[in-house]
Amino acid sequence: MKNKGNFAQKQNRSSWILLAPAMVLILMFSIYPAVKALITSFQTGAGLNMQWAGFENYARVFKDKTFIQSLKNCIVYLIIQVPIMLVLALVLASALNDRKLKCRGLFRTAVFLPCATSLVSYAIIFRSLFATDGFINSILVNLGVLDQPFNFLSNATAAKAIIIIALIWRWTGYNMVFYLAGLQSIDYSVYEAAKIDGATPFQTFTRITVPLLKPTILMTAIMSTNGTLQLFDESVNLTFGGPGTSTMTMSHYIYNQAFMGVPNFGYTSAMAFIILIMVAILAFVQLKVGEKDE
Amino acid sequence: MSRKLGTFVKYAFLVVASILSVFPLVWMIIAATNKSVDVIAGKLTFGTNLLENYRNLIALQPVWSSFGNSCKYALLVTVVALVISSMAGYAFEVYKSKWKELGYTLVLMTMMVPFVALMIPLFQMYSKAGLLNKAIGFMLPSIATPLLIMMFRTGAKSFPKEIIEAARIDGLGEIRIFFQMFVPVTKSTYAAAAVVTFMNAWNNYLWAKVIMSTDATQTMPMLISNLISGYVTDYGVLMLAVLITTIPTAIVFFALQKNFVEGITGAVK
Repeated sequence: MKNKGNFAQKQNRSSWILLAPAMVLILMFSIYPAVKALITSFQTGAGLNMQWAGFENYARVFKDKTFIQSLKNCIVYLIIQVPIMLVLALVLASALNDRKLKCRGLFRTAVFLPCATSLVSYAIIFRSLFATDGFINSILVNLGVLDQPFNFLSNATAAKAIIIIALIWRWTGYNMVFYLAGLQSIDYSVYEAAKIDGATPFQTFTRITVPLLKPTILMTAIMSTNGTLQLFDESVNLTFGGPGTSTMTMSHYIYNQAFMGVPNFGYTSAMAFIILIMVAILAFVQLKVGEKDE
Repeated sequence: MSRKLGTFVKYAFLVVASILSVFPLVWMIIAATNKSVDVIAGKLTFGTNLLENYRNLIALQPVWSSFGNSCKYALLVTVVALVISSMAGYAFEVYKSKWKELGYTLVLMTMMVPFVALMIPLFQMYSKAGLLNKAIGFMLPSIATPLLIMMFRTGAKSFPKEIIEAARIDGLGEIRIFFQMFVPVTKSTYAAAAVVTFMNAWNNYLWAKVIMSTDATQTMPMLISNLISGYVTDYGVLMLAVLITTIPTAIVFFALQKNFVEGITGAVK
């Protein structure tokens, strides 16, 4: 008995040795700064001279036209880009799951390839492609579609559309890989049986693939929502947030407020917590919707 | 007839999707070999201006020092993060207890905190501790991440517990069981985690922008971002810089593509 006790104690000690480095780092670099930011969001002033401000910062957020604009932009990206991307990824994954398909590996690598580019890189590639003197304009002018180059990036709607196109390009393959992985755990004979029963590809897709992949779809939806609400690199490098602030994301605005000009850390922390609340609410809603359908 | 049409539509769709996916990258590579005027004119064949673009690029920006920085930061983060996060993921799964489950929930909850919320307190902390413009400063927040810990916990779930029991009977210590039994067996999880971590570290633009403020410590994403701030853009030079930034992530991507898919399968299940 005594021996066994020692054994358990030893295991317990080892387990904390394995856990300690990660836990210390998470406490220092995630939890401590998160709590500090939460406290700061209720304060006003700068440096050592911080005073309690109650909900003043949060009230100010909703009167800040630029913040509201950046919030709207993120919501536009979210409700247009995420559904298109996830549906595309699902369709691609189910097309590539067909074992009789020729050149499967080639197609998969091609669609997954955009993930190999860094975020700033692809933002700059798309900026260059759609510039006034860029490739898209020169093709459209040469084909006679346009009389003269169109400045996509100085038109609010076009600039938003380009960000959405770029996001779809970069992330569809990424989500597709999750679906392909999920499809591999579905018994392939289910598909063969459906084919024998005369199911159309569309029926197979909506009645077999989508319901069976639901946990994966839910996970990718939550990940994409989280990512979209925190977009930064694309806004900074593809459109510079412009024209004006019409494509600026929340993170971009918060960064500018914190590090360009006179910082007001209380106010920027309040804005950051608005993002956190949105992420939490949307994740909760998506989980609830996912549960209800089952 | 309708089946044939269906097959045709399927292939057409896949071919178009593949071309659209690959084209911007091909265009980038072609542009890097051409003069800016040719890029603007829409030239789609390889040019002979690569060397000239390279000379102009190194005259503009300290490319190799920034490239070295990016490699150094990303490799360090990857190696240390794999060790520390896999230890934690394994411990959460193998030595379950009430307190550890609570700790794990806390770890998962940090996933929801947006980085812009952490950025300011971290910046203040770093200014006090003298960690600005330091490689170690770049690394510290990326070592123990909820995503990695979750991946390794899932990996540990499918690791046979009998191996652990057998090793204990043989008198192997707990820490040695982890390093000698678990690590070699879960190679595919490590490979997938390595891809994710390396990519994230290489791409981490916001954090680098916050703490790295000198030319000597800047990263490649910061460098190419600086290249577009001028009024006139030399597309040949710019795309060469983008190409150089893409090469390391592309190598990691191709080398570990298969493991990435396997590792993700494990993590999703």
